[in-house]
Amino acid sequence: MQAVISVVGRDRVGILKDVATKCADRNVNVIDVSQTVLRDMFTMIMLVDISEINIKFGDFSLEMEAFGKEIGMEIRAMHEDIFNSMHRI
Amino acid sequence: MFNTKDILETIHMISDEHLDIRTVTMGISLLDCADSDIDCACEKIYNKITSRAKNLVSVCSDIEREYGIPIINKRISVTPIALVAAASKGGDVVKFARTLQKCADEVGVNFIGGYSALVQKGFAAGDLELIESIPEALNVTQNICSSVNIGSSKAGINLDAVALMGRIIRKSAEITADRDCIGPAKLVVFCNAPEDNPFMAGAFHGVSEPDCVINVGVSGPGVVKSALERSEGLNITEVAELIKRTAFKITRMGQLVAQEASRRLGVPFGIVDLSLAPTPAVGDSVAHILEEIGLSQCGSAGTTAALAILNDAVKKGGVMASSSVGGLSGAFIPVSEDAGMIAAAKNGTLTIEKLEAMTAVCSVGLDMIVIPGDTPADVISAIILDEAAIGMANFKTTAARLIPAIGKNMGDMLSFGGLLGEAPVMPVSTASPAKFISRGGHIPAPLQSLKN
Repeated sequence: MQAVISVVGRDRVGILKDVATKCADRNVNVIDVSQTVLRDMFTMIMLVDISEINIKFGDFSLEMEAFGKEIGMEIRAMHEDIFNSMHRI
Repeated sequence: MFNTKDILETIHMISDEHLDIRTVTMGISLLDCADSDIDCACEKIYNKITSRAKNLVSVCSDIEREYGIPIINKRISVTPIALVAAASKGGDVVKFARTLQKCADEVGVNFIGGYSALVQKGFAAGDLELIESIPEALNVTQNICSSVNIGSSKAGINLDAVALMGRIIRKSAEITADRDCIGPAKLVVFCNAPEDNPFMAGAFHGVSEPDCVINVGVSGPGVVKSALERSEGLNITEVAELIKRTAFKITRMGQLVAQEASRRLGVPFGIVDLSLAPTPAVGDSVAHILEEIGLSQCGSAGTTAALAILNDAVKKGGVMASSSVGGLSGAFIPVSEDAGMIAAAKNGTLTIEKLEAMTAVCSVGLDMIVIPGDTPADVISAIILDEAAIGMANFKTTAARLIPAIGKNMGDMLSFGGLLGEAPVMPVSTASPAKFISRGGHIPAPLQSLKN
């Protein structure tokens, strides 16, 4: 089972590390990362494996959102199915 | 791996363009709750609803969190109460409304719909008592919605019921006048009412539906408007195509949520309703889509055509996105619930007459329209009748949700709060149709052949 974590906000040192650490804490495995910086705005999309996650995915999603607020970024963790259903027939 | 553009598009739709699931509605049959003792019937209803819908709200909250898509309302629709009440001899029918309110409070849903009667061909046992009790039922409850079907293309129109509904709507407004006449904002009069509609106030659980079912209504006027905004210089064929593609994406989201809710609740999936449902929030307006298509303001000449294009494209896009489509499925035009409509009604560009024409090409009908407080009951009945005639003759659902603003007149506003929004009093023709309405009887169903 996979999920997508999106991180948007002002670029700074260590964002990738911070988010990846949070994932590791919850036994969420990062599979792929793509990131761009456009005029100081950092956008990162992470594809993660949540099959071994050690809390409910819904709670993880809330946790990531709260963590985003803490570090001044907008972070969303969403189940991959929402993108599958919308963009693939 | 996903396309970053696709992912950001989805996130943008949700966070900036108000894409959401308007409602997950659980339909529950109450046919097995009928009882000759009204208190026993109410107890059975309470037990059935609170057990079936026990996890509805929590499951929806889980889905919201995991998929990152807001589910604005969780609702329940039930078998038209008149059918259940028919078995109970004596006793106050409003007890059923109070019971439904108790259920809504217990399971935490936003609305329960189905305080309803189906009288298109005549009044059966229980129907008249229920209809007469609607003003009181809507007065003593907050989250209960009522509807009455007074006509259909197969049965014609029950003119006695139309006359009665004019009086009921007035009475409901009068006894809730201290709360901005909220009563009739929860009451819809239908022609050709669908049996699987998840949207309020007209939701009820039809008799041919399974015992329990999950129906989902999506919403996304903001997404359609933004897509049009970003694409300058399209001809109208391309506009229709763009709306279609956008509706497809919106509906796929609804389909996913419906399937997931159905699986987790162990209840069969019924339908996805493809309606574009506006809210009073800025950027969530159907009127603004019509304006983006090219009208200076909703209500101008061209509005009906623009709406017809929108309505058709939404259906074409949505139908392919879902395995089962139903309900009202089309664009909604509730005046008080749509920022663009409110603005157009305020400055007089949008009139009831134009809205009536618009209802011939979109779903539902004269919806959430505030009329002067001194409008006589027979004028209200005649407005309902015109609307029902459009539905009957065109084999489509039409409805009227009219709110007489008791004690108020032109230039005043009624404010209902929340999704119901606010609207200015709109002028209606005051010439009397009293003789027509008082004739009573039944308007014959239209011919089904010789269609030229």
